[in-house]
Amino acid sequence: MTTHVLSLLVEDKPGLLTRVAGLFARRGFNIESLAVGHSEIPGLSRITIQVDVEDVPLEQVTKQLNKLINVIKVVELDFSQSVQREHLLVKVRTDNATRSQVLEAVNLFRARVVDVATDAVVIEVTGDSGKTQALLRVLEPYGVKELAQSGLLAIGRGSKSITERVFKVSTSSTTDR
Amino acid sequence: MNAESSTVPLPAASANSPAGAPSAVPTAPVSTQPEVLSGSGAIIRTLELLGVTDVFGIPGGAVIPLYDELMTQDKIRHILVRHEQGAGHAAQGYASSSNRVGVAIATSGPGATNLVTAIADAYMDSVPLLCITGQVFSTLMGTDAFQEADIIGITMPITKHSFLCKRAEDIPAAIAAAHHIASTGRPGPVLVDITKDAQQGLAPFIWPPKLDLPGYRPVTKAHGKQVQAAAQLLRSAKKPVLYVGGGVIRAQASAELLALAEATGAPVVTTLMARGAFPDSHPQHLGMPGMHGTVPAVLALQESDLIVSLGARFDDRVTGKISEFAPHAAVVHVDVDPAEISKIRNADVPIVGDAKEVIADLTIAFADALRTGTGTESVDTADWWTYLNGLQEEFPLGFSEPADGLLAPQYVIKRIGELTGPEAVYAAGVGQHQMWAAQYIKYERPNAWLNSGGAGTMGYSVPAAMGAKVAQPDRVVWAIDGDGCFQMTNQELATCTINKIPIKVAIINNSSLGMVRQWQSLFYDGRHSFTDLNTGHGTAMVPDFVKLAEAYGALGIRVTSADQVDDAIKLALATNDRPVVIDFIVSRDAMVWPMVPQGVSNSYVQYAKDHAPTWGEE
Repeated sequence: MTTHVLSLLVEDKPGLLTRVAGLFARRGFNIESLAVGHSEIPGLSRITIQVDVEDVPLEQVTKQLNKLINVIKVVELDFSQSVQREHLLVKVRTDNATRSQVLEAVNLFRARVVDVATDAVVIEVTGDSGKTQALLRVLEPYGVKELAQSGLLAIGRGSKSITERVFKVSTSSTTDR
Repeated sequence: MNAESSTVPLPAASANSPAGAPSAVPTAPVSTQPEVLSGSGAIIRTLELLGVTDVFGIPGGAVIPLYDELMTQDKIRHILVRHEQGAGHAAQGYASSSNRVGVAIATSGPGATNLVTAIADAYMDSVPLLCITGQVFSTLMGTDAFQEADIIGITMPITKHSFLCKRAEDIPAAIAAAHHIASTGRPGPVLVDITKDAQQGLAPFIWPPKLDLPGYRPVTKAHGKQVQAAAQLLRSAKKPVLYVGGGVIRAQASAELLALAEATGAPVVTTLMARGAFPDSHPQHLGMPGMHGTVPAVLALQESDLIVSLGARFDDRVTGKISEFAPHAAVVHVDVDPAEISKIRNADVPIVGDAKEVIADLTIAFADALRTGTGTESVDTADWWTYLNGLQEEFPLGFSEPADGLLAPQYVIKRIGELTGPEAVYAAGVGQHQMWAAQYIKYERPNAWLNSGGAGTMGYSVPAAMGAKVAQPDRVVWAIDGDGCFQMTNQELATCTINKIPIKVAIINNSSLGMVRQWQSLFYDGRHSFTDLNTGHGTAMVPDFVKLAEAYGALGIRVTSADQVDDAIKLALATNDRPVVIDFIVSRDAMVWPMVPQGVSNSYVQYAKDHAPTWGEE
């Protein structure tokens, strides 16, 4: 199994997320992470899906996603050709003895403390999954009380945008695949 | 989002606009002030402007406003069915026999869920079906209100798309978009769920509505290079086969197919969904491939060096064990749905496009390839044909008389086809009788053969035949049904009698769930677990199908021996003032042959029980 990251440009319509998620569920694929939000165009949303699946079944899912009426474009984002980020909020147990060590880890990872209590801190970190997982491993011994993690966000490197590509294709011709 | 606000052309508002045909924007009554209609009125007006002339349905609480409007107009004929599944299959039969969009109406909750089987069936067989369901008041949605069901959620995996309308002003665009989506690209079922308050609300009726479908752009014209690549393969192939699927019928590409077949001289096989796409009488036609296909058709695919798949999808019932299917064949795969290509079998030349256009382009490209290519002026398939002709001579379709002395079901079906002819419509249920009807009736034209191919829905036949008769009133329409299937949907005989839809039903009554029984006989040591229906010879005959037919106001005829067969069929053909039901009491021991047992290579096709053809296994 290999991890793939799909970026979907979709119409912001009720039930759209169910349609997309249903295509994965029907084939027994587990979605690793999912992030949904507005795109730069009003009425269109961007969904970033991270999924562990072999190439051939992934191609079939991609084609099925493209068939959904409210899906405008599906692009697979290669790790080396895209910027990929996760966002984490993690509540770590601290006391007077451990607080400074935890804060040191926070600084080393260029993370931030966003809430402090007498016996815990809430840490915010953004980065690729290598970085976020490394920080979690460092924090683990102190006691992770709670973890909230966003879906992976990803965007292609360089100046071109998916939206540009979509609308270039659709206005020039509909004869080519 | 303005960059892609493509306005989709709406289907012409003519009564016989075929699905997928080039369409023009219909003209609407021009007025400066748009007329204010109720949501229900807008439903009717929209259907009317889309060219819909017939709908099948049953009223219920959540569609009473719609039915109130239906009553006050005469543009659209509403046929009151007895069960929503019947409405769905009738709309399917209507669509499949005429290439028009079939329309079914049901109320919320159980009414809508009763449509589910027909929707699933239409999805599997790519039938253009428009389902309109009532929904509870928008204010009550999600509260477990009386007769509430999330029908959009329930049907999400089995619809091409669906719309929820909670406001009257949204109705025309939703129905027009649904109709467009159902009938273009790869056709399929589309559901429009309309709340009761949307039906009751008032809104200005604006036509044509703006269809904003930026994510829906079906490809029709194929990539020229790919077509040329396919033509080159066809030119150099020694053992080509045209593998024709139901897409050729949906695309209305039979004439183009005939031209391609005759230009290339390649053998043609037509799948269960494609029976009639190519004339059975044509010398290049080897018949149906697959689990119950003819030996020549099965082996032609299996031993070919080039499969040109036209609107087919390499179903497991065609390929047998996929890893051993046609091991030496290159594959050209033509389909309007990109997701079908390389789904099951890798395509060497993928071609996305409408079969009608692609086949025409391919014929031209093939002629060009012949002209410009070095070497011969025609393809060299002489050895291939010698081999295939040998198979045809050695393994023609045939059956033996049952040992129990009862009627052979194959004989009955064969005679129905011979006495009725190729202009009729034949709608089958699912099971042994379906296979025999696919094998022994000779189809010469598309849309003459209707069946539930992908879903395998027992009970499809009677309502589908009813729908076909409504769409094609001048044609004879036969429902070739089984005793099991018939008991699932025969209530629609009431609809047929009351609405003067004189279909003819042939019950191939072997007193059992015959196909399951056949598998039990062959693969489960004859352990016939719960496949006995007690409707036939030597049983209690419950129900008595002749009495049942009479109870429904139909003509009931019972046939028990071969000498009565022709007279009964002729009487049925001569009776057009009411439906006819013939109860053909046939042998339950007859089996469907040839057969490729499930899970093995097509090379192991059996011509009859324990009788496999011997051929050169290279």
